[in-house]
Amino acid sequence: MIFLENVTKTFPTGSSALVDLSIQIDSGEFVFLVGPSGSGKTTFLRLLIADMMPSTGVIRVGNFEVSKLSKGKIPQLRKKIGVVFQDLKMLMDRTVMENIILPLEMANIDKKTARKNVEEILDQVGILEHKDKFPIQLSGGELQRAAIARALIFSPEILLADEPTGNLDMTTSWEIIKLLQDINKTGTTVIMATHNTDIVDNLLKRVIVLNKGQVSKDTKKKDETQKD
Amino acid sequence: MRALNTTFTHIRRSPYQALAASLVMFLTFFAISVFAIIVIGLSQITRYYESIPQVSAFFKDSATQEEIDSLITQIESKSEVEGVEFISKKEAVQIYLGMFSDDPIMTELVSEDRLPASIDVSTVSIDALEPVALDLQKSEIVDKVEFMRDIIGPLRSVTQGIRTSGLVIIGFLVIVSLAINALIISFKISQKKQEIEIMKLLSATNWYIRWPFLLEGIFYCSIGALFGWLLASGLLIYFTPQIQQFLSSIPVFPLSYSFLIALLIAEFIVAVILGSISSFLAVLRYLK
Repeated sequence: MIFLENVTKTFPTGSSALVDLSIQIDSGEFVFLVGPSGSGKTTFLRLLIADMMPSTGVIRVGNFEVSKLSKGKIPQLRKKIGVVFQDLKMLMDRTVMENIILPLEMANIDKKTARKNVEEILDQVGILEHKDKFPIQLSGGELQRAAIARALIFSPEILLADEPTGNLDMTTSWEIIKLLQDINKTGTTVIMATHNTDIVDNLLKRVIVLNKGQVSKDTKKKDETQKD
Repeated sequence: MRALNTTFTHIRRSPYQALAASLVMFLTFFAISVFAIIVIGLSQITRYYESIPQVSAFFKDSATQEEIDSLITQIESKSEVEGVEFISKKEAVQIYLGMFSDDPIMTELVSEDRLPASIDVSTVSIDALEPVALDLQKSEIVDKVEFMRDIIGPLRSVTQGIRTSGLVIIGFLVIVSLAINALIISFKISQKKQEIEIMKLLSATNWYIRWPFLLEGIFYCSIGALFGWLLASGLLIYFTPQIQQFLSSIPVFPLSYSFLIALLIAEFIVAVILGSISSFLAVLRYLK
């Protein structure tokens, strides 16, 4: 599903966010991406959606060779990957409904079907009653759910969540994690970047630890070694 | 349809920018309409004079009727001459009185002694005017010769001058309009930078983002063209009776409605081209 081989990302300033990174993530996995600030977690996620290109190496997501993807094909890739951004990236002058319907409008889906799809997703994430509110009128948890709903609107094969519990209390954080687990159970691959060690330690999921742009620990590899 | 809705939302949310852009476009298209009407009007006047090639020869008071008849026969025999009309002193007074019938001061002063007898010579083409005029000038009974070249030459120069100065002014206004439209669209794009960034991350194609801005530029130009044309046409229709009176015998006005409709269509085409170019410049610069 996701395949990175010897990926390096060096910025024009000369600093490297990722160094010779090789990772494989299979379809349907739930993966935690952890590491200190500046370890390359967000860069890793941005590379997967072609928000930036690697300096060297190969990235494949499903049938897309992201590292060689033409600009015209980027929108197609992004329909396959739902993203919950660290800063949520909600449009503050649009209601929850208008924010979530936006990707469907871009795909030229008729208004009636689009509204129905949005209502279904909002119901799934538990904020249907807030559909006509503006982002500023929502709590942190509700806003996070709205961002998740928008990421799920195309029923993506992969969901990337960048620090989705970053600014939330523990109870709300666990509610969000529960939601992500439910999404994962439907077969969606979930990759979640986080600093929250409580959540990582309590869930027996694959953990990839990044440090200075390199994998310092990958529990899947450890499991495979143990199996061998 | 969605792009059109987004365009109108953009316009509704920044009405002053929309007004400024439309006013600049209005000014440009008003100037285009006015110059087009003036140039077409002058061209029609020139064509009118060109269509009636005529030389007028005024006789000396001493000229006898026999001498005049002899000259008329001589001129009529020329192949390039289409016809000769003699106007006696008496007829000249009648024509004069007819022209100034509503002005008693002008009519009081005139009598048969004051106005000379004359002939109007029509030629088959405008090129034949000069040789016929030279022949008439040679006659001893002819006092003065006037022909259309005296009117057509300056008229052509004036038309050409207005056309050239009009093109320069319109060219300048078009450049200003392009720059202002591009500036306003650029400003709108930079205002929506965050929204555009989010849309791109949510799988928006480049054209999904570009279309509303392109349509917005085209809208401002089209509105400017419509109102510029409306004002110029309104003024033309309003002043047509006065212009008609001034030009008296020259059948130029009213200009046909088909010309005005053709002008509007042409201006709409120019508006779409102008709007597309200016918006595209802004879009290319800011939406790479």
